[in-house]
Amino acid sequence: MSDRALLVVRAGALTTVQDRGRPGYAHLGVPRSGVLDPPAAALVNRLVGNPPDAAVLETTLDGCVLRPRATVTVAVGGAPCPVSVGGRPAAWGAPVVVPAGALLEVGAATAGVRGYVAVDGGIAVEPVLGSRATDLLSGLGPAPLADGMTLPLGVPAGPPARVDGVPQPCPPAELVLRVTPGPREDWFTARAVRDLTTRAYRVSAASNRIGLRTEGPSLERARTGELPSEGLVLGAVQVPPDGRPVVFLADHPTTGGYPVIAVVRAADLPAAAQALPGIPVRFVPVRRR
Amino acid sequence: MRTLPVGDDALLVEVACGEEAQALHAELLRCREEGALTVREIVPAARTVLLDGLADRARWAAELATRDVPAAAPRARELVELPVRYDGPDLAEVAAHWQVPEREVARVHADTEFTVAFCGFAPGFGYLTGLPARCHVPRRTTPRTAVPAGAVALAGPYTGVYPRSSPGGWQLIGTTDAVLWDPDRVPAALLAPGTRVRFVPVEGP
Repeated sequence: MSDRALLVVRAGALTTVQDRGRPGYAHLGVPRSGVLDPPAAALVNRLVGNPPDAAVLETTLDGCVLRPRATVTVAVGGAPCPVSVGGRPAAWGAPVVVPAGALLEVGAATAGVRGYVAVDGGIAVEPVLGSRATDLLSGLGPAPLADGMTLPLGVPAGPPARVDGVPQPCPPAELVLRVTPGPREDWFTARAVRDLTTRAYRVSAASNRIGLRTEGPSLERARTGELPSEGLVLGAVQVPPDGRPVVFLADHPTTGGYPVIAVVRAADLPAAAQALPGIPVRFVPVRRR
Repeated sequence: MRTLPVGDDALLVEVACGEEAQALHAELLRCREEGALTVREIVPAARTVLLDGLADRARWAAELATRDVPAAAPRARELVELPVRYDGPDLAEVAAHWQVPEREVARVHADTEFTVAFCGFAPGFGYLTGLPARCHVPRRTTPRTAVPAGAVALAGPYTGVYPRSSPGGWQLIGTTDAVLWDPDRVPAALLAPGTRVRFVPVEGP
């Protein structure tokens, strides 16, 4: 067990260590952070026998290449992509054994954006405030992966899951986000509120772990002036001065001064994590529960 | 007091002013300690307190709409003293806004007892209130691309200290060597909401 570590051969565009984040510190200015697609991360953890809060790798678009020093079991999920071990094709969405020293290649996503790589035992970097998540907004947690870096692994908790097949999510061709109104809907004109839920938006290439930015009609304010800074929730649809809605994701700031016109249902946010720049976004109004 | 439902399970409670927000925050913390309030996050801000991950939102919305909150935060909170060198590059500009000589900025600032109203912007960045209205200053028209860690700064009604180097648009009046944020320390943030703060002038490089 002494050499349980992963060598990062190719880090990819943006690969970070993530777990379920660090809730409970928003009042100190600490984002919750954590995986953007929690169901995908929970599934790969389960496939390798990890508890659901074990740290995994979250890749962005072009995967990564890793070389474990010890023989490990891995599972790759989230955005579908080719997987190979020692140059031979291997299963996506299933436990795969990678012998010590063999190359695990997680290829570019064929759909969606964020891939998840779970290794039995989990990524065992030092936790910060109880979490191993990389928080890109405030710089907490481990730095994003870089070529040549070594990541420590934990001790496997249990046997890998015995599965024949797992549900294969299909990243959306159109992102449908159910929204409830407010809390600052009254800062916008009736027309802006109608525009948000009837006009066409697209995912902007400027989207990141902090927020899903959109392109589309600019939402018109009913009142000018500054909103005093107030607490923000995951999924808040904030409208900055350019009028284009931003949906706050895991690394969102904990307080902010632009009005929130609506809030996306938490259940719809994993799909937002997989939405490619350019795809249509529809905000569908629903009633509060 | 006005309550605004937010998303699936959050409640934004809006009050008339910053002092009321601080008092409500103290009251809600007490409710949580007593076990009466089950909530994931209590986030005070300028004129609101956000309850996120709130069990029984409807009941709390109804109850808070009519609740009397004691005017002042009833608990004596700890006092943190921060040594500060009043050597900031914007001292002259702040003095001009206040229409006082430059050295008066340090005196007024160091004579004020501040309270951390809320945090945000970065881990451990507290928004400190206490300066009288005539001492409120606008943000710089062009933000700096890098403000050094430990910079003591003013903007609007607030004083703040940058926990780490970052871009920033506040007026810089001094420097402290105090460690504002250390995740390995308990508590990680030196300036948590409700903490009382005094700046103690020191000489030196």
